[in-house]
Amino acid sequence: MTLKIIASQCTSCSACEPECPNVAISEKNGTFVIDPKKCTECIGHFDEPQCAAVCPVDNTCVIDTSYPRYQPPA
Amino acid sequence: MDASVQHEQATIPDGEKLSAVMQTIAEHKGCGTSGGSGKASCGSGAGQNDLPPDIWEKVKNHPCYSEEAHHHYARMHVAVAPACNIQCNYCNRKYDCANESRPGVVSEKLSPEQAAKKVLAVASTIPQMTVLGIAGPGDPLANPEKTFKTFELIAKTAPDIKLCLSTNGLALPDHVDTIAGFNVDHVTITINMVDPEIGAKIYPWVFWKHKRYTGVEAAKLLTDRQLQGLEMLTERGILCKVNSVMIPGVNDKHLVEVNKAVKSRGAFLHNIMPLISSPEHGTVFGLTGQRGPTAQELKALQDECEGEMNMMRHCRQCRADAVGLLGEDRSAEFTTDKIMAMEVNYDIDSRKAYQAAVEEERVAKVVAKQEELASLAGQSSDIKLLVAVATKGSGLINEHFGHAKEFQVYELSTAGAKFVGHRRVDLYCQGGYGDEDSLETVIRAINDCHAVFVAKIGGCPKSDLLAAGIEPVDQYAHEFIEKSAIAWFKDYLEKVNSGEMAHVVRGDAEIRQGALISVA
Ligand code: SF4
Ligand code: SF4
Ligand code: SF4
Repeated sequence: MTLKIIASQCTSCSACEPECPNVAISEKNGTFVIDPKKCTECIGHFDEPQCAAVCPVDNTCVIDTSYPRYQPPA
Repeated sequence: MDASVQHEQATIPDGEKLSAVMQTIAEHKGCGTSGGSGKASCGSGAGQNDLPPDIWEKVKNHPCYSEEAHHHYARMHVAVAPACNIQCNYCNRKYDCANESRPGVVSEKLSPEQAAKKVLAVASTIPQMTVLGIAGPGDPLANPEKTFKTFELIAKTAPDIKLCLSTNGLALPDHVDTIAGFNVDHVTITINMVDPEIGAKIYPWVFWKHKRYTGVEAAKLLTDRQLQGLEMLTERGILCKVNSVMIPGVNDKHLVEVNKAVKSRGAFLHNIMPLISSPEHGTVFGLTGQRGPTAQELKALQDECEGEMNMMRHCRQCRADAVGLLGEDRSAEFTTDKIMAMEVNYDIDSRKAYQAAVEEERVAKVVAKQEELASLAGQSSDIKLLVAVATKGSGLINEHFGHAKEFQVYELSTAGAKFVGHRRVDLYCQGGYGDEDSLETVIRAINDCHAVFVAKIGGCPKSDLLAAGIEPVDQYAHEFIEKSAIAWFKDYLEKVNSGEMAHVVRGDAEIRQGALISVA
Protein backbone atom coordinates (compact mmCIF):
# COMPACT_ATOMS: atom_id res chain seq x y z
CA MET A 1 0.00 0.00 0.00
CA THR A 2 0.88 3.58 -0.28
CA LEU A 3 -0.58 6.80 1.00
CA LYS A 4 -2.55 9.17 -1.18
CA ILE A 5 -3.63 12.78 -0.77
CA ILE A 6 -7.30 13.60 -1.15
CA ALA A 7 -6.97 16.50 -3.53
CA SER A 8 -10.28 18.16 -2.66
CA GLN A 9 -9.14 18.57 0.95
CA CYS A 10 -5.54 19.57 0.38
CA THR A 11 -4.86 23.22 1.22
CA SER A 12 -1.60 23.14 -0.74
CA CYS A 13 0.24 24.23 2.35
CA SER A 14 3.29 22.19 1.27
CA ALA A 15 4.04 21.02 4.81
CA CYS A 16 4.16 17.34 3.79
CA GLU A 17 6.56 17.77 0.89
CA PRO A 18 9.85 18.26 2.77
CA GLU A 19 8.92 15.69 5.43
CA CYS A 20 8.76 12.72 3.08
CA PRO A 21 11.89 10.56 3.48
CA ASN A 22 11.41 9.19 -0.05
CA VAL A 23 10.78 12.45 -1.88
CA ALA A 24 7.49 10.94 -3.01
CA ILE A 25 5.46 14.15 -2.71
CA SER A 26 5.29 16.91 -5.29
CA GLU A 27 2.97 19.70 -6.38
CA LYS A 28 0.72 19.07 -9.32
CA ASN A 29 -1.94 21.43 -10.61
CA GLY A 30 -2.14 23.36 -7.39
CA THR A 31 -2.38 20.46 -4.93
CA PHE A 32 0.13 17.96 -3.65
CA VAL A 33 0.30 14.35 -4.80
CA ILE A 34 2.12 11.22 -3.67
CA ASP A 35 3.97 9.05 -6.15
CA PRO A 36 2.82 5.51 -5.25
CA LYS A 37 6.01 4.09 -6.70
CA LYS A 38 8.12 5.97 -4.20
CA CYS A 39 5.96 5.93 -1.04
CA THR A 40 6.96 3.32 1.56
CA GLU A 41 4.39 4.39 4.18
CA CYS A 42 7.51 5.66 5.93
CA ILE A 43 8.28 2.08 6.95
CA GLY A 44 11.93 1.77 7.85
CA HIS A 45 12.20 5.54 8.40
CA PHE A 46 9.70 6.67 10.99
CA ASP A 47 7.03 5.28 13.28
CA GLU A 48 4.21 7.10 11.55
CA PRO A 49 3.61 8.32 8.01
CA GLN A 50 5.12 11.79 8.07
CA CYS A 51 2.74 13.34 5.57
CA ALA A 52 -0.28 12.35 7.65
CA ALA A 53 1.37 13.51 10.88
CA VAL A 54 2.11 17.01 9.62
CA CYS A 55 -0.98 17.57 7.49
CA PRO A 56 -3.30 20.20 8.97
CA VAL A 57 -6.42 18.65 7.50
CA ASP A 58 -7.44 15.37 9.14
CA ASN A 59 -7.96 12.37 6.85
CA THR A 60 -6.32 14.01 3.88
CA CYS A 61 -3.17 11.85 3.68
CA VAL A 62 -4.72 8.39 3.82
CA ILE A 63 -3.87 4.80 2.94
CA ASP A 64 -4.62 4.00 -0.68
CA THR A 65 -6.04 0.48 -0.52
CA SER A 66 -5.93 0.04 -4.28
CA TYR A 67 -2.25 -0.76 -3.97
CA PRO A 68 -0.77 -3.86 -2.37
CA ARG A 69 0.86 -3.53 1.00
CA TYR A 70 4.38 -2.14 0.84
CA GLN A 71 7.00 -4.85 1.40
CA PRO A 72 10.11 -3.63 3.08
CA PRO A 73 13.22 -5.09 1.53
CA ALA A 74 14.43 -8.11 3.50
CA MET B 1 27.65 52.92 6.35
CA ASP B 2 27.69 56.61 5.62
CA ALA B 3 24.67 57.89 3.75
CA SER B 4 26.81 59.62 1.14
CA VAL B 5 28.41 56.41 -0.05
CA GLN B 6 25.14 54.64 -0.05
CA HIS B 7 23.90 56.01 -3.32
CA GLU B 8 23.04 53.02 -5.33
CA GLN B 9 20.41 52.37 -7.88
CA ALA B 10 19.39 48.85 -8.46
CA THR B 11 17.54 48.17 -11.61
CA ILE B 12 15.62 44.96 -11.55
CA PRO B 13 14.76 43.55 -14.92
CA ASP B 14 11.83 41.31 -15.62
CA GLY B 15 11.39 37.69 -14.95
CA GLU B 16 13.47 34.77 -13.86
CA LYS B 17 16.91 36.34 -13.73
CA LEU B 18 15.96 38.37 -10.70
CA SER B 19 17.90 36.43 -8.14
CA ALA B 20 20.96 36.25 -10.35
CA VAL B 21 20.91 39.99 -10.81
CA MET B 22 20.43 40.59 -7.15
CA GLN B 23 23.58 38.64 -6.40
CA THR B 24 25.54 41.06 -8.52
CA ILE B 25 24.24 44.17 -6.88
CA ALA B 26 26.76 45.77 -4.61
CA GLU B 27 26.62 44.64 -1.04
CA HIS B 28 25.03 47.05 1.34
CA LYS B 29 24.74 44.76 4.24
CA GLY B 30 25.31 46.16 7.62
CA CYS B 31 23.81 49.62 7.31
CA GLY B 32 20.53 49.97 9.02
CA THR B 33 18.05 52.71 8.41
CA SER B 34 19.02 56.25 9.16
CA GLY B 35 16.86 55.88 12.22
CA GLY B 36 14.75 58.59 13.73
CA SER B 37 15.66 62.06 14.75
CA GLY B 38 15.97 60.84 18.30
CA LYS B 39 13.87 63.76 19.40
CA ALA B 40 10.40 62.35 19.30
CA SER B 41 9.36 61.63 22.80
CA CYS B 42 6.72 59.02 23.29
CA GLY B 43 7.39 55.41 22.57
CA SER B 44 4.75 52.82 22.83
CA GLY B 45 2.59 55.04 24.96
CA ALA B 46 4.47 53.94 28.00
CA GLY B 47 7.74 55.39 29.03
CA GLN B 48 11.17 53.98 29.17
CA ASN B 49 10.21 52.23 32.41
CA ASP B 50 11.74 48.80 32.51
CA LEU B 51 13.55 48.60 29.20
CA PRO B 52 17.33 48.49 29.07
CA PRO B 53 18.67 51.66 27.38
CA ASP B 54 19.97 49.93 24.25
CA ILE B 55 16.60 48.28 23.63
CA TRP B 56 14.79 51.54 24.29
CA GLU B 57 17.02 53.21 21.71
CA LYS B 58 15.86 50.68 19.11
CA VAL B 59 12.22 50.89 20.07
CA LYS B 60 11.50 54.55 20.47
CA ASN B 61 11.38 55.44 16.80
CA HIS B 62 10.57 52.05 15.50
CA PRO B 63 7.81 52.10 12.90
CA CYS B 64 6.12 49.10 14.43
CA TYR B 65 6.63 49.74 18.08
CA SER B 66 6.48 53.44 18.59
CA GLU B 67 2.81 54.17 18.33
CA GLU B 68 3.63 57.67 17.29
CA ALA B 69 5.98 56.56 14.52
CA HIS B 70 3.35 54.04 13.54
CA HIS B 71 1.21 56.80 12.09
CA HIS B 72 3.91 57.62 9.56
CA TYR B 73 5.49 54.37 8.52
CA ALA B 74 4.17 51.15 7.18
CA ARG B 75 5.20 47.61 6.83
CA MET B 76 4.11 44.92 4.48
CA HIS B 77 3.97 41.16 4.65
CA VAL B 78 4.69 38.68 1.93
CA ALA B 79 3.09 35.26 1.95
CA VAL B 80 6.05 32.98 1.28
CA ALA B 81 5.56 30.50 4.14
CA PRO B 82 2.53 28.27 3.64
CA ALA B 83 3.42 25.30 5.85
CA CYS B 84 2.89 25.10 9.59
CA ASN B 85 4.12 22.74 12.27
CA ILE B 86 1.37 23.10 14.85
CA GLN B 87 -2.39 23.38 14.89
CA CYS B 88 -4.19 26.15 16.72
CA ASN B 89 -7.89 26.03 17.50
CA TYR B 90 -8.35 29.56 16.20
CA CYS B 91 -6.84 28.80 12.84
CA ASN B 92 -8.26 27.24 9.74
CA ARG B 93 -5.39 26.67 7.43
CA LYS B 94 -7.61 27.10 4.42
CA TYR B 95 -7.17 30.77 5.23
CA ASP B 96 -4.22 32.85 6.28
CA CYS B 97 -2.24 32.39 9.43
CA ALA B 98 -3.15 33.51 12.83
CA ASN B 99 -0.25 34.87 14.72
CA GLU B 100 -0.44 38.55 14.25
CA SER B 101 -1.88 38.41 10.79
CA ARG B 102 -4.89 36.51 11.90
CA PRO B 103 -7.28 36.35 10.26
CA GLY B 104 -6.48 36.93 6.69
CA VAL B 105 -7.92 36.56 3.32
CA VAL B 106 -6.72 33.75 1.15
CA SER B 107 -3.56 35.19 -0.23
CA GLU B 108 -1.57 34.15 -3.20
CA LYS B 109 1.57 32.24 -2.44
CA LEU B 110 4.75 33.88 -3.65
CA SER B 111 8.14 32.40 -4.37
CA PRO B 112 11.02 34.15 -2.59
CA GLU B 113 12.00 35.77 -5.90
CA GLN B 114 8.50 37.06 -6.54
CA ALA B 115 8.21 38.25 -2.96
CA ALA B 116 11.49 40.15 -3.09
CA LYS B 117 10.49 41.88 -6.27
CA LYS B 118 7.12 42.80 -4.88
CA VAL B 119 8.71 44.33 -1.80
CA LEU B 120 11.09 46.41 -3.89
CA ALA B 121 8.29 47.52 -6.20
CA VAL B 122 6.09 48.61 -3.31
CA ALA B 123 8.98 50.25 -1.46
CA SER B 124 9.95 52.23 -4.56
CA THR B 125 6.43 53.54 -4.96
CA ILE B 126 5.55 54.01 -1.30
CA PRO B 127 8.45 55.49 0.65
CA GLN B 128 6.66 54.97 3.97
CA MET B 129 7.19 51.25 3.49
CA THR B 130 10.13 50.58 5.77
CA VAL B 131 9.49 47.19 7.33
CA LEU B 132 9.04 43.82 5.71
CA GLY B 133 7.45 41.03 7.68
CA ILE B 134 7.06 37.34 7.03
CA ALA B 135 4.28 35.92 9.12
CA GLY B 136 2.62 33.24 7.12
CA PRO B 137 0.27 32.06 5.84
CA GLY B 138 1.73 29.23 7.95
CA ASP B 139 4.77 29.55 10.16
CA PRO B 140 7.88 31.22 8.69
CA LEU B 141 10.18 28.86 10.58
CA ALA B 142 8.33 25.81 9.31
CA ASN B 143 9.47 27.09 5.88
CA PRO B 144 13.00 28.15 6.71
CA GLU B 145 14.45 28.00 3.19
CA LYS B 146 11.73 30.17 1.68
CA THR B 147 11.76 32.64 4.54
CA PHE B 148 15.52 33.12 4.68
CA LYS B 149 15.89 33.22 0.89
CA THR B 150 13.41 36.10 0.81
CA PHE B 151 15.36 37.94 3.50
CA GLU B 152 18.59 37.36 1.66
CA LEU B 153 17.26 38.81 -1.59
CA ILE B 154 15.80 41.88 0.06
CA ALA B 155 18.79 42.58 2.28
CA LYS B 156 21.01 42.68 -0.80
CA THR B 157 19.07 45.29 -2.72
CA ALA B 158 17.31 47.19 0.01
CA PRO B 159 19.42 47.22 3.16
CA ASP B 160 17.36 50.08 4.56
CA ILE B 161 14.31 47.88 4.91
CA LYS B 162 13.97 46.34 8.34
CA LEU B 163 13.17 42.65 8.42
CA CYS B 164 10.88 40.96 10.87
CA LEU B 165 9.14 37.66 11.31
CA SER B 166 6.37 36.18 13.40
CA THR B 167 6.44 32.62 14.60
CA ASN B 168 4.62 30.20 16.85
CA GLY B 169 8.02 29.47 18.37
CA LEU B 170 8.14 25.69 18.00
CA ALA B 171 11.10 25.73 15.61
CA LEU B 172 12.57 28.96 16.93
CA PRO B 173 15.54 27.62 18.96
CA ASP B 174 16.86 25.87 15.83
CA HIS B 175 16.95 29.08 13.81
CA VAL B 176 18.10 31.76 16.22
CA ASP B 177 21.60 31.92 14.78
CA THR B 178 20.34 32.30 11.23
CA ILE B 179 17.94 35.01 12.37
CA ALA B 180 20.80 36.85 14.05
CA GLY B 181 22.93 36.38 10.93
CA PHE B 182 20.34 38.10 8.74
CA ASN B 183 20.24 41.01 11.09
CA VAL B 184 16.53 40.45 11.59
CA ASP B 185 15.24 43.50 13.35
CA HIS B 186 12.58 41.92 15.48
CA VAL B 187 10.78 38.67 16.06
CA THR B 188 7.23 38.22 17.21
CA ILE B 189 6.34 35.04 19.06
CA THR B 190 2.73 34.13 19.64
CA ILE B 191 2.54 32.82 23.20
CA ASN B 192 -0.93 32.07 24.47
CA MET B 193 -0.04 30.13 27.59
CA VAL B 194 2.77 28.96 29.85
CA ASP B 195 0.66 26.23 31.44
CA PRO B 196 0.38 23.06 29.31
CA GLU B 197 -3.04 22.25 30.80
CA ILE B 198 -4.35 25.49 29.33
CA GLY B 199 -2.31 24.94 26.20
CA ALA B 200 -4.06 21.64 25.56
CA LYS B 201 -7.31 23.60 25.12
CA ILE B 202 -5.73 25.84 22.50
CA TYR B 203 -3.47 23.48 20.56
CA PRO B 204 -4.70 20.04 19.49
CA TRP B 205 -1.27 18.97 18.25
CA VAL B 206 2.27 19.92 17.30
CA PHE B 207 4.61 18.20 14.85
CA TRP B 208 8.16 17.98 16.09
CA LYS B 209 11.09 15.78 15.17
CA HIS B 210 9.06 13.50 12.91
CA LYS B 211 6.30 12.92 15.39
CA ARG B 212 2.87 14.32 16.07
CA TYR B 213 2.32 15.11 19.75
CA THR B 214 -1.12 15.84 21.20
CA GLY B 215 -2.70 17.14 24.39
CA VAL B 216 -0.69 18.31 27.38
CA GLU B 217 2.47 16.75 25.99
CA ALA B 218 2.19 18.87 22.85
CA ALA B 219 1.53 22.04 24.80
CA LYS B 220 4.43 21.36 27.15
CA LEU B 221 6.78 20.95 24.22
CA LEU B 222 5.49 24.13 22.63
CA THR B 223 5.77 26.31 25.71
CA ASP B 224 9.28 25.02 26.49
CA ARG B 225 10.46 25.75 22.97
CA GLN B 226 8.79 29.18 22.89
CA LEU B 227 10.36 30.35 26.12
CA GLN B 228 13.75 28.90 25.19
CA GLY B 229 13.63 30.67 21.81
CA LEU B 230 12.64 33.93 23.47
CA GLU B 231 15.56 33.73 25.86
CA MET B 232 18.00 32.91 23.08
CA LEU B 233 16.87 35.90 21.03
CA THR B 234 16.98 38.43 23.83
CA GLU B 235 20.43 37.15 24.84
CA ARG B 236 21.57 38.10 21.36
CA GLY B 237 19.99 41.54 21.60
CA ILE B 238 17.23 40.89 19.06
CA LEU B 239 13.99 42.70 19.81
CA CYS B 240 11.23 40.31 20.80
CA LYS B 241 7.58 41.05 20.93
CA VAL B 242 5.07 38.57 22.28
CA ASN B 243 1.56 38.33 20.92
CA SER B 244 -1.18 36.64 22.89
CA VAL B 245 -4.67 35.87 21.74
CA MET B 246 -7.19 36.54 24.51
CA ILE B 247 -9.66 33.67 24.67
CA PRO B 248 -12.31 34.35 27.32
CA GLY B 249 -12.73 31.43 29.72
CA VAL B 250 -9.62 29.68 28.40
CA ASN B 251 -6.56 31.89 28.91
CA ASP B 252 -7.88 35.36 29.75
CA LYS B 253 -6.88 35.33 33.44
CA HIS B 254 -3.78 33.27 32.68
CA LEU B 255 -2.38 35.95 30.34
CA VAL B 256 -1.26 37.91 33.40
CA GLU B 257 1.04 34.93 34.13
CA VAL B 258 2.17 34.87 30.52
CA ASN B 259 2.95 38.56 30.81
CA LYS B 260 5.24 37.90 33.77
CA ALA B 261 6.92 34.91 32.13
CA VAL B 262 7.76 36.74 28.91
CA LYS B 263 8.81 39.92 30.61
CA SER B 264 11.27 38.09 32.83
CA ARG B 265 12.81 36.58 29.68
CA GLY B 266 13.38 39.93 28.06
CA ALA B 267 10.41 40.47 25.73
CA PHE B 268 10.02 44.21 25.39
CA LEU B 269 6.40 44.32 24.35
CA HIS B 270 3.38 42.20 24.99
CA ASN B 271 0.52 42.61 22.60
CA ILE B 272 -2.80 41.14 23.69
CA MET B 273 -5.21 40.67 20.84
CA PRO B 274 -8.84 39.64 20.96
CA LEU B 275 -9.77 36.19 19.70
CA ILE B 276 -11.49 36.55 16.40
CA SER B 277 -13.74 33.63 15.79
CA SER B 278 -16.86 33.27 13.84
CA PRO B 279 -18.39 30.05 12.57
CA GLU B 280 -17.83 30.92 8.93
CA HIS B 281 -14.06 30.82 9.44
CA GLY B 282 -14.49 27.12 10.18
CA THR B 283 -12.01 27.11 13.05
CA VAL B 284 -12.48 24.84 16.05
CA PHE B 285 -13.25 27.85 18.22
CA GLY B 286 -15.54 29.28 15.58
CA LEU B 287 -17.49 26.04 15.41
CA THR B 288 -17.71 25.49 19.17
CA GLY B 289 -19.05 28.99 19.63
CA GLN B 290 -16.07 30.18 21.68
CA ARG B 291 -16.62 33.93 21.92
CA GLY B 292 -14.04 36.67 21.69
CA PRO B 293 -13.68 39.38 24.35
CA THR B 294 -15.56 42.68 24.32
CA ALA B 295 -13.67 45.94 23.97
CA GLN B 296 -13.99 46.56 27.70
CA GLU B 297 -12.73 43.11 28.68
CA LEU B 298 -9.76 43.50 26.38
CA LYS B 299 -8.87 46.92 27.71
CA ALA B 300 -9.20 45.76 31.33
CA LEU B 301 -6.71 42.95 30.71
CA GLN B 302 -4.34 45.25 28.82
CA ASP B 303 -4.54 47.73 31.69
CA GLU B 304 -3.83 44.97 34.20
CA CYS B 305 -0.68 43.98 32.32
CA GLU B 306 0.42 47.50 31.51
CA GLY B 307 2.02 48.15 34.87
CA GLU B 308 4.19 45.16 34.13
CA MET B 309 5.34 45.99 30.67
CA ASN B 310 4.86 48.05 27.57
CA MET B 311 1.65 47.06 25.91
CA MET B 312 1.10 47.52 22.27
CA ARG B 313 -2.30 48.78 21.38
CA HIS B 314 -1.92 49.87 17.85
CA CYS B 315 -1.78 46.38 16.43
CA ARG B 316 -4.45 46.09 13.80
CA GLN B 317 -4.43 42.30 13.58
CA CYS B 318 -4.25 42.50 9.89
CA ARG B 319 -2.01 41.70 7.03
CA ALA B 320 -0.13 44.88 7.75
CA ASP B 321 -0.89 47.28 5.08
CA ALA B 322 1.69 49.36 3.29
CA VAL B 323 -0.47 49.28 0.23
CA GLY B 324 -3.47 50.55 2.14
CA LEU B 325 -1.57 53.23 4.03
CA LEU B 326 -2.29 55.95 1.57
CA GLY B 327 -5.95 55.70 2.34
CA GLU B 328 -6.88 54.28 -0.99
CA ASP B 329 -6.44 50.64 -1.81
CA ARG B 330 -3.61 50.30 -4.27
CA SER B 331 -3.56 46.54 -4.33
CA ALA B 332 -4.54 46.43 -7.98
CA GLU B 333 -1.24 48.11 -8.86
CA PHE B 334 0.73 45.34 -7.20
CA THR B 335 -0.58 42.05 -8.49
CA THR B 336 2.09 39.43 -9.14
CA ASP B 337 1.67 39.68 -12.90
CA LYS B 338 2.16 43.43 -12.90
CA ILE B 339 5.08 43.26 -10.53
CA MET B 340 6.95 40.64 -12.47
CA ALA B 341 6.59 42.81 -15.56
CA MET B 342 7.68 45.98 -13.77
CA GLU B 343 11.02 47.70 -13.94
CA VAL B 344 11.89 48.58 -10.40
CA ASN B 345 14.32 51.35 -9.60
CA TYR B 346 15.16 51.08 -5.98
CA ASP B 347 16.45 54.50 -5.12
CA ILE B 348 17.61 54.68 -1.54
CA ASP B 349 18.31 58.41 -1.68
CA SER B 350 14.82 59.48 -2.59
CA ARG B 351 13.44 57.21 0.11
CA LYS B 352 15.78 58.79 2.62
CA ALA B 353 14.72 62.29 1.61
CA TYR B 354 11.11 61.36 2.05
CA GLN B 355 11.77 59.82 5.43
CA ALA B 356 13.64 62.89 6.59
CA ALA B 357 10.57 64.98 5.78
CA VAL B 358 8.44 62.57 7.77
CA GLU B 359 10.76 62.96 10.72
CA GLU B 360 10.27 66.73 10.65
CA GLU B 361 6.54 66.28 10.64
CA ARG B 362 6.73 63.89 13.56
CA VAL B 363 8.74 66.30 15.61
CA ALA B 364 6.28 69.11 14.82
CA LYS B 365 3.44 66.91 15.95
CA VAL B 366 5.08 66.08 19.25
CA VAL B 367 5.83 69.74 19.92
CA ALA B 368 2.22 70.71 19.19
CA LYS B 369 0.97 68.05 21.55
CA GLN B 370 3.29 69.12 24.31
CA GLU B 371 2.23 72.75 24.00
CA GLU B 372 -1.39 71.79 24.25
CA LEU B 373 -0.65 69.47 27.15
CA ALA B 374 1.04 72.30 29.02
CA SER B 375 -2.20 74.26 28.82
CA LEU B 376 -3.92 71.37 30.55
CA ALA B 377 -1.55 71.60 33.48
CA GLY B 378 -3.24 72.77 36.62
CA GLN B 379 -6.50 71.08 35.71
CA SER B 380 -7.31 68.14 37.84
CA SER B 381 -10.14 65.76 37.34
CA ASP B 382 -10.79 62.04 37.64
CA ILE B 383 -12.60 61.98 34.33
CA LYS B 384 -11.20 59.56 31.78
CA LEU B 385 -13.00 59.08 28.53
CA LEU B 386 -12.50 57.67 25.06
CA VAL B 387 -12.77 59.42 21.72
CA ALA B 388 -12.62 57.97 18.22
CA VAL B 389 -10.67 59.60 15.39
CA ALA B 390 -11.04 59.21 11.63
CA THR B 391 -7.56 59.40 10.12
CA LYS B 392 -5.68 58.36 7.03
CA GLY B 393 -2.34 58.61 8.81
CA SER B 394 0.34 61.24 9.48
CA GLY B 395 -1.18 61.82 12.91
CA LEU B 396 -3.86 64.11 11.46
CA ILE B 397 -7.64 64.18 11.64
CA ASN B 398 -7.93 63.85 7.90
CA GLU B 399 -10.60 61.30 7.06
CA HIS B 400 -14.25 61.77 6.19
CA PHE B 401 -16.55 59.97 8.62
CA GLY B 402 -18.26 58.06 5.85
CA HIS B 403 -14.99 56.89 4.29
CA ALA B 404 -13.31 55.69 7.47
CA LYS B 405 -12.44 52.00 7.45
CA GLU B 406 -11.25 52.20 11.01
CA PHE B 407 -11.20 54.63 13.89
CA GLN B 408 -8.31 55.22 16.23
CA VAL B 409 -9.33 55.39 19.85
CA TYR B 410 -7.66 57.68 22.38
CA GLU B 411 -8.16 57.79 26.10
CA LEU B 412 -8.28 61.36 27.39
CA SER B 413 -7.55 62.44 30.92
CA THR B 414 -5.70 65.29 32.56
CA ALA B 415 -2.58 63.20 31.89
CA GLY B 416 -3.08 63.79 28.16
CA ALA B 417 -4.19 61.76 25.19
CA LYS B 418 -3.21 58.11 25.12
CA PHE B 419 -3.68 55.94 22.08
CA VAL B 420 -5.49 52.77 23.13
CA GLY B 421 -6.45 50.97 19.96
CA HIS B 422 -8.16 50.71 16.62
CA ARG B 423 -11.78 49.96 15.85
CA ARG B 424 -12.34 48.56 12.46
CA VAL B 425 -15.56 49.24 10.65
CA ASP B 426 -14.70 48.32 7.09
CA LEU B 427 -16.36 44.96 7.16
CA TYR B 428 -19.62 46.31 8.31
CA CYS B 429 -19.89 48.38 5.22
CA GLN B 430 -19.21 45.52 2.86
CA GLY B 431 -21.53 42.63 2.85
CA GLY B 432 -23.46 40.94 5.53
CA TYR B 433 -25.08 43.90 7.07
CA GLY B 434 -26.14 46.02 4.14
CA ASP B 435 -25.68 49.71 3.66
CA GLU B 436 -28.63 50.93 5.73
CA ASP B 437 -27.16 49.32 8.77
CA SER B 438 -23.62 50.46 8.31
CA LEU B 439 -24.03 53.59 10.39
CA GLU B 440 -25.57 51.61 13.18
CA THR B 441 -22.69 49.18 13.14
CA VAL B 442 -20.15 52.00 13.19
CA ILE B 443 -21.93 53.32 16.23
CA ARG B 444 -21.76 49.89 17.85
CA ALA B 445 -18.02 49.76 17.21
CA ILE B 446 -17.36 53.12 18.88
CA ASN B 447 -20.19 53.01 21.37
CA ASP B 448 -17.81 53.47 24.30
CA CYS B 449 -16.57 56.81 22.94
CA HIS B 450 -17.79 60.26 23.93
CA ALA B 451 -16.89 61.90 20.65
CA VAL B 452 -15.71 61.13 17.17
CA PHE B 453 -13.24 63.47 15.44
CA VAL B 454 -13.59 63.70 11.68
CA ALA B 455 -12.43 65.87 8.79
CA LYS B 456 -15.98 66.04 7.49
CA ILE B 457 -19.35 64.48 8.21
CA GLY B 458 -22.78 64.60 6.61
CA GLY B 459 -25.91 65.93 8.31
CA CYS B 460 -27.65 62.58 8.69
CA PRO B 461 -24.94 60.62 10.44
CA LYS B 462 -24.31 63.68 12.57
CA SER B 463 -27.77 63.62 14.07
CA ASP B 464 -27.73 59.84 14.48
CA LEU B 465 -24.43 60.02 16.35
CA LEU B 466 -25.78 62.76 18.60
CA ALA B 467 -28.84 60.63 19.28
CA ALA B 468 -26.52 57.80 20.32
CA GLY B 469 -24.71 60.16 22.67
CA ILE B 470 -21.53 60.48 20.60
CA GLU B 471 -20.50 64.02 19.74
CA PRO B 472 -19.32 64.44 16.14
CA VAL B 473 -16.42 66.90 16.14
CA ASP B 474 -15.32 68.42 12.83
CA GLN B 475 -13.81 71.75 13.87
CA TYR B 476 -10.32 70.23 14.09
CA ALA B 477 -10.27 68.99 10.52
CA HIS B 478 -6.72 68.41 9.22
CA GLU B 479 -5.13 69.25 12.56
CA PHE B 480 -2.93 67.03 14.73
CA ILE B 481 -4.90 64.36 16.56
CA GLU B 482 -3.46 64.56 20.03
CA LYS B 483 -3.31 68.33 20.19
CA SER B 484 -6.94 68.57 19.04
CA ALA B 485 -8.15 65.87 21.37
CA ILE B 486 -6.52 67.58 24.34
CA ALA B 487 -8.02 70.93 23.34
CA TRP B 488 -11.46 69.35 23.05
CA PHE B 489 -11.02 67.61 26.39
CA LYS B 490 -10.13 70.89 28.04
CA ASP B 491 -13.40 72.39 26.79
CA TYR B 492 -15.24 69.31 27.93
CA LEU B 493 -13.82 69.59 31.44
CA GLU B 494 -14.68 73.27 31.57
CA LYS B 495 -18.26 72.54 30.62
CA VAL B 496 -18.54 69.82 33.23
CA ASN B 497 -16.92 71.96 35.91
CA SER B 498 -19.16 74.93 35.19
CA GLY B 499 -22.19 72.68 35.42
CA GLU B 500 -23.13 73.32 31.80
CA MET B 501 -23.26 69.56 31.23
CA ALA B 502 -22.85 66.36 33.20
CA HIS B 503 -20.21 63.71 32.58
CA VAL B 504 -21.78 60.35 31.79
CA VAL B 505 -20.00 57.03 31.62
CA ARG B 506 -20.47 55.21 28.32
CA GLY B 507 -21.13 51.53 27.66
CA ASP B 508 -19.10 48.81 25.98
CA ALA B 509 -18.34 48.39 22.29
CA GLU B 510 -18.16 45.50 19.89
CA ILE B 511 -14.96 44.16 18.38
CA ARG B 512 -15.51 43.54 14.73
CA GLN B 513 -14.96 40.04 13.39
CA GLY B 514 -13.12 39.50 10.18
CA ALA B 515 -10.10 40.44 8.21
CA LEU B 516 -8.84 43.72 6.94
CA ILE B 517 -8.80 43.27 3.26
CA SER B 518 -5.50 44.31 1.87
CA VAL B 519 -2.88 42.63 -0.23
CA ALA B 520 0.44 43.53 1.17
S1 SF4 C 1 3.80 7.94 3.96
FE1 SF4 C 1 5.92 8.56 4.22
S2 SF4 C 1 6.88 7.79 2.36
FE2 SF4 C 1 4.71 7.83 1.92
S3 SF4 C 1 4.34 9.82 1.01
FE3 SF4 C 1 3.91 10.03 3.20
S4 SF4 C 1 5.84 10.79 4.00
FE4 SF4 C 1 6.33 9.93 1.96
S1 SF4 D 1 0.23 18.74 4.32
FE1 SF4 D 1 -1.84 18.14 3.74
S2 SF4 D 1 -2.84 20.05 3.15
FE2 SF4 D 1 -0.63 20.46 3.17
S3 SF4 D 1 0.01 20.12 1.06
FE3 SF4 D 1 0.30 18.19 2.14
S4 SF4 D 1 -1.61 17.08 1.82
FE4 SF4 D 1 -2.01 19.16 1.25
S1 SF4 E 1 0.73 28.85 14.04
FE1 SF4 E 1 -0.41 30.09 12.59
S2 SF4 E 1 -0.68 28.81 10.75
FE2 SF4 E 1 0.00 27.48 12.40
S3 SF4 E 1 -1.92 26.67 13.17
FE3 SF4 E 1 -1.38 28.39 14.47
S4 SF4 E 1 -2.42 30.12 13.59
FE4 SF4 E 1 -2.44 28.50 12.04
